[in-house]
Amino acid sequence: MALNYDQAIAAYDPTLGLEVHVELNTNSKMFCGCATEFGAEPNTQTCPVCLGLPGSLPAVNGKAIESSILIGLALNCSIAPFSRFARKNYFYPDMPKNFQTSQFDEPICVNGYLDVEIETDEGTKVFRIDIERVHMEEDTGKSLHVGGSTGRIHGAEYSLLDYNRAGIPLVEIVTKIIPNTGKYAPLVARAYVTELRDILRSLGVSDVKMEQGSLRCDANVSLAPAGSGQLGTRSETKNVNSLRSVERAVSGEIERQANRLQNGERIVQETRHFLEESGQTRPGRSKEQAEDYRYFPEPDLVPVAPDAAWIEELRATLPEKPSIRRKRLKIEWAVPDKEMASMVNAELLDTVEETVLLGSDPTKARSWWLGEISRLANEKEVAPTSLITPIQVAEVIALIASGELTDKLARQVVEGVINGEGTPQQVIDARGLKVVSDDSALMVAIEAAIASQPETAERIRGGNIPAAGALIGAVMKATGGQADAAKVRELLLKHLGQG
Amino acid sequence: MIHSTAAEMATKLAAGEISSVELTQQHLDRISVVDGQVHAFLYVDTEGALSQAAAVDAKRVAGEKLSPLAGVPLALKDVLTQKGIPTTCGSKILEGWRPPYDSTIVSKLKSAGIVILGKTNMDEFAMGSSTENSAYGPSHNPWDLTRIPGGSGGGSAASLAAFEAPLAMGTDTGGSIRQPAAVTGTVGVKPTYGGVSRYGLVAFSSSLDQAGPCARTVLDAALLHEAIAGYDPRDSTSINAPVPAVVAAAKKLDVKGMKIGIVKELSGDGYQAGVRSRFDEAIEELVNAGAEIVEVSCPNFEYALAAYYLIAPSEASSNLARFDSMRYGIRVGDDGVRGAEEVMKMTREVGFGKEVKRRIILGTYALSSGYYDAYYGSAQKVRTLITQDFAAAFSKADVLVSPTCPTTAFKIGEKSDDPLAMYLNDIATIPVNMAGIGGMSLPVGLAPEDGLPVGFQIMSPAMKDDLMYQVGGTLEAALLRKWGSPILSNAPALGAN
Repeated sequence: MALNYDQAIAAYDPTLGLEVHVELNTNSKMFCGCATEFGAEPNTQTCPVCLGLPGSLPAVNGKAIESSILIGLALNCSIAPFSRFARKNYFYPDMPKNFQTSQFDEPICVNGYLDVEIETDEGTKVFRIDIERVHMEEDTGKSLHVGGSTGRIHGAEYSLLDYNRAGIPLVEIVTKIIPNTGKYAPLVARAYVTELRDILRSLGVSDVKMEQGSLRCDANVSLAPAGSGQLGTRSETKNVNSLRSVERAVSGEIERQANRLQNGERIVQETRHFLEESGQTRPGRSKEQAEDYRYFPEPDLVPVAPDAAWIEELRATLPEKPSIRRKRLKIEWAVPDKEMASMVNAELLDTVEETVLLGSDPTKARSWWLGEISRLANEKEVAPTSLITPIQVAEVIALIASGELTDKLARQVVEGVINGEGTPQQVIDARGLKVVSDDSALMVAIEAAIASQPETAERIRGGNIPAAGALIGAVMKATGGQADAAKVRELLLKHLGQG
Repeated sequence: MIHSTAAEMATKLAAGEISSVELTQQHLDRISVVDGQVHAFLYVDTEGALSQAAAVDAKRVAGEKLSPLAGVPLALKDVLTQKGIPTTCGSKILEGWRPPYDSTIVSKLKSAGIVILGKTNMDEFAMGSSTENSAYGPSHNPWDLTRIPGGSGGGSAASLAAFEAPLAMGTDTGGSIRQPAAVTGTVGVKPTYGGVSRYGLVAFSSSLDQAGPCARTVLDAALLHEAIAGYDPRDSTSINAPVPAVVAAAKKLDVKGMKIGIVKELSGDGYQAGVRSRFDEAIEELVNAGAEIVEVSCPNFEYALAAYYLIAPSEASSNLARFDSMRYGIRVGDDGVRGAEEVMKMTREVGFGKEVKRRIILGTYALSSGYYDAYYGSAQKVRTLITQDFAAAFSKADVLVSPTCPTTAFKIGEKSDDPLAMYLNDIATIPVNMAGIGGMSLPVGLAPEDGLPVGFQIMSPAMKDDLMYQVGGTLEAALLRKWGSPILSNAPALGAN
């Protein structure tokens, strides 16, 4: 009988190891001046260096070094006073030189840590993830395998190569083994990648778009019998391209491995590919025959020896840590944990904060961005921030606060802005969306409502205040929703001797 | 005026006594007459050379300020890229490849108005000491066409000795400029590592490769050296410092009070008698010119050859991985059925020659995990020891000297089946590359027993390339006084039949 996740965890202790590849957002590539724009025509962002033409030589992008150091500092690493590039030798058609210029035994940053928090039934738990190293390397090109059923090289009719990505600066962040996470292993993995993503975003060093591949996670998972303190054989799951997938990949691997072990089978040390649809993994390359990359120091590049004073200058520029910022905003805005988490998950924290800094009430700002605007963005399958700006949202919120717009009118204004009808004010003018605040105009509508429902009016006169709802509704309907309902209520009750 | 020096040609060009087009045409004519025998060139760019020459002439007529060697022709080793011109590195695998970019050296040559005649033959990927490893057949030594012109830059050296070009570019990883110079009676200089940009030099062994000037006189080499040297941001191993004043040094003709160190380990047994006697006579000339001779010992040179044959093949195994038929060069076995990996294998099987394969295998083995420390790691330690030996020696002497090679030019085919004997030819030149310092070879006479040129090596500390030019220039002048005419006037005439 197959073990489910809870049974798997009861019988086995998982150990994790996470490798995250980050594409830096430098304007030019790691070792040449080529542009790095995503999605350009194939092979238009190439030169003799990133094509690995005979005779060409690499020259290090200083900005990439700076970004790598910033990442190391943010992850509490030591910055190596002397680090070197190394060649990782293996043949693959999309790798122009048939070696990847990377770092091996002398990486730029070592020995850091990152604390991550997860919410559990037992309250907030903090896990310290030790970082082994942060190193720099260049990305490979991309192969597009045409024909065949799998889209993989085997069985393809032919392959197309795009070297635009070749030489894009990558930073690889490798954790030490992460023991003792128990049943929380999938959540810890997700929280780590999330926190890392937020840090990288706050540093401004990467687009951190998992769906575009600018942040990629490989999850190493192994199991050992519960309480044994041993380390089992690991698998490495690649192709995990969303935060949710990180969590699913880890729990899926725990279940798969536990069932194998339970059946007396052994775990094969191998690379596995995560399948988004099923949440399962399928085997890739076996690593039993350890590949020999014949690393040696890259003779074409001089060692990287960052000046200590420069490192301190960079340290001074580090932004507030996202976890600390979240705590601060939570207190300043008086937001419950759950709301905070939803803003973070929706990647709207920066946007909400910007809106608040423009004078909006935090609760209002949050509810607009996460509510109406997100809903419209979902419909259109675009990011909320691509539809409307914090300035426009703040303007709408201000108009509600001053009574010039009702919530209902405001939604129409926002919709107008999103439809490209101009600024909030232009939409208001063009659509004539003004709150009817003229008492005499309202009184005409109120008297008409009373005349049409005399019995209801009589009940209100008799003290049945809740009955006012029907008349207020009629007034709102008559004014096309442009009246302030509170004002209508006040005038109505007063008119019927209940004010 | 093909028998003149480059400096003399430059003077006549500047005075308007000859045009660059005329001078270039004279060399192209000479090439068409003798290169059938010498086979110095793999490609002659007749049209490009003449149009480049015409452009220089036009600038001169227009009164533009030109650099010292403007209008003088040059032969380019086929390991340096020149935009649009076939670059094979002597290998079949690159057949038909026309680089889309100029090497930094070629950019500098072009901007100096130096006319590039064509590409010269070489051992495949600069691996060899005879040009016999060229996929396109060997070059022949103009002194004796049955003998090798040295290697890997045998084509460049032969073109100078055959008066097909007054200047040539070489590259030197373990002696590929100096040894060909020695066996052809010409001058060759390996500058300090990092002195000349490697951008566009197709790499053999990145930490050892260094391009440098080849010429018939020390001054000509110095003039070319200044034209090609200098910092290049595209080569992060290039030195960001002023180029040593080598032209001024070559003109000094004075070594009074200079200390010249004879390296004990680079003489004696294994060196041909005529090589030793000419070396000793050259030392006498330096003493007569006022230099002080000291003997220095470099005990770790003993390990230089072994260490070199680990480091160079290791780097080569990685550098040559890119020749996989995917992006340029020949492609073998692509029948629409075979996979990329198989096509790569078949292409490399056909495209690389025996010596290249030997070194790729050697290097792959040396870098393998489990062997890395014993081989590559140990070799790097030897390298440090050699550098320390040089440092100690240079504390006693301004420059060091030795014969450039143990023997004069050997016969084509004589050593081609014995790689170790071939490797031993570079025993005296390799330490210079291992330490990254400067080295020069200049002719010091003919060996009495075979009448072939003998090379004299001068080694100078890193970034003090001027010192070897100073000593070389002085020695050359003294020998010229003694001989009455340049050594190459003794070479047999070519092209008669």
